Amino acid sequence: MNFVSEFSTNDFLYMLKGLGISISLTLWAVVCGTILGIIFGFIRSGVGALLNFFMGSILDVFRSVPLLIQLILFNALGSILKLGFSPFQVSCIVLSVYTAAYVSEAVRSGILSVPPALLRSARSLGLTYFQTLREIVFPLALRVSFPTWVGITLGVFKDTSLVLWIGIIELLKSSQIIITRTQEPILILSIAGLLYFIVSFGFTRVAKRVEKKWEQYEL
Amino acid sequence: MDYTFHWYPAFKLLPKMLVGSITTIEIAFLSMLFGIIIGASLALAKNSDSKILSSFAGAWIEVSRNTPALYQIYMAYFGLGTFGIYVGSFGALLIGITFNNAGYLAETFRGGLRAIPATQMKTARSLGMNYFQAFIYVIFPQLLKTVFHSVTNQTVWAILMTSLGVIVGMNTDLMGVTNELNALSFRTFEYFSLAAVLYYLITKLFLGLAYLLNVKLFRY
Repeated sequence: MNFVSEFSTNDFLYMLKGLGISISLTLWAVVCGTILGIIFGFIRSGVGALLNFFMGSILDVFRSVPLLIQLILFNALGSILKLGFSPFQVSCIVLSVYTAAYVSEAVRSGILSVPPALLRSARSLGLTYFQTLREIVFPLALRVSFPTWVGITLGVFKDTSLVLWIGIIELLKSSQIIITRTQEPILILSIAGLLYFIVSFGFTRVAKRVEKKWEQYEL
Repeated sequence: MDYTFHWYPAFKLLPKMLVGSITTIEIAFLSMLFGIIIGASLALAKNSDSKILSSFAGAWIEVSRNTPALYQIYMAYFGLGTFGIYVGSFGALLIGITFNNAGYLAETFRGGLRAIPATQMKTARSLGMNYFQAFIYVIFPQLLKTVFHSVTNQTVWAILMTSLGVIVGMNTDLMGVTNELNALSFRTFEYFSLAAVLYYLITKLFLGLAYLLNVKLFRY
């Protein structure tokens, strides 16, 4: 065994660049997916059972088909229709829809967790529909949905590793490229793992702190 | 659009894909089986008084939950080779998913155990049962009920995760077979659409079975 490593600072910077791509993909997907998911979830909590079932089953497709296949299919569809999307854009779109499917479920259950009696009493106290929404439904639903949302965000961050299949050099792919040159898989994969770990563990910690802070205002 | 869809060649290869689906189900089943066994042991280890056991279990749980499943498969595929263990694509996929399942299930089981009041164990013991009898006849049935839903979800995850094997060169499961056939003809959209439908059907079939089992098991 030799203790002189081929691994250099530049390799580490290359991996950090990969991590940057993973994070920026996550940000795009989570921001777009959350907005879409809130819209879908809000609609789903208000409409009748039939329409809710219909929307639910369509969104469910994105949760029942492997993400890898979704990426491949959308990538192929992009070439067929000559949409001219870059792999990065393809990944952002697929991941956003994937996120939205999960977020809509979380939002819906959050909104449904608000007791109807509370809404009626808010309305009878003279609050308008939008005031009820903003002052009563939103804060209560947020507290219920937030932990799920944190889980979804972490899941999406980890799932960004799949985009290497359609040719994006994110953290895992950059590690693989360096492994091909240096032939030190354990060292490099450990560094990659550590980077993934730091980001997701750190995010969990921040989220926990936010939850704690909100607990102060609980009823 | 000057692309013509060719669905017929894809349908002609359906039997091959179905054979691949069986491998997919096999891997998912095995990974869940080992995952449940290891996950339960990890949950007990995490709750135990031994510092070494509980920190080992804690490390396993944190690593498996905070790194991508694909990373864990890579670790099994590229990493184990450093120690002279060559597992191949199938082994790497199975090890990776099992590692992941075990970590998630350990947390599920821990949550389930916490939901059962400690008095249940004490009552059973005071009725003359020994520790294992109490666990099997009193604790376990209640645990099964609380974790059933999460285990079902985890199995769906396991089925979907098997598709990652293709990235480390797996060519016998549904995704691998599809990818190989795709390389021969480049009818990417048609082939993978069919694969997507099959994955969808597998997960729905499993959820249906789980529902029936749920009704049968927890009638009371």
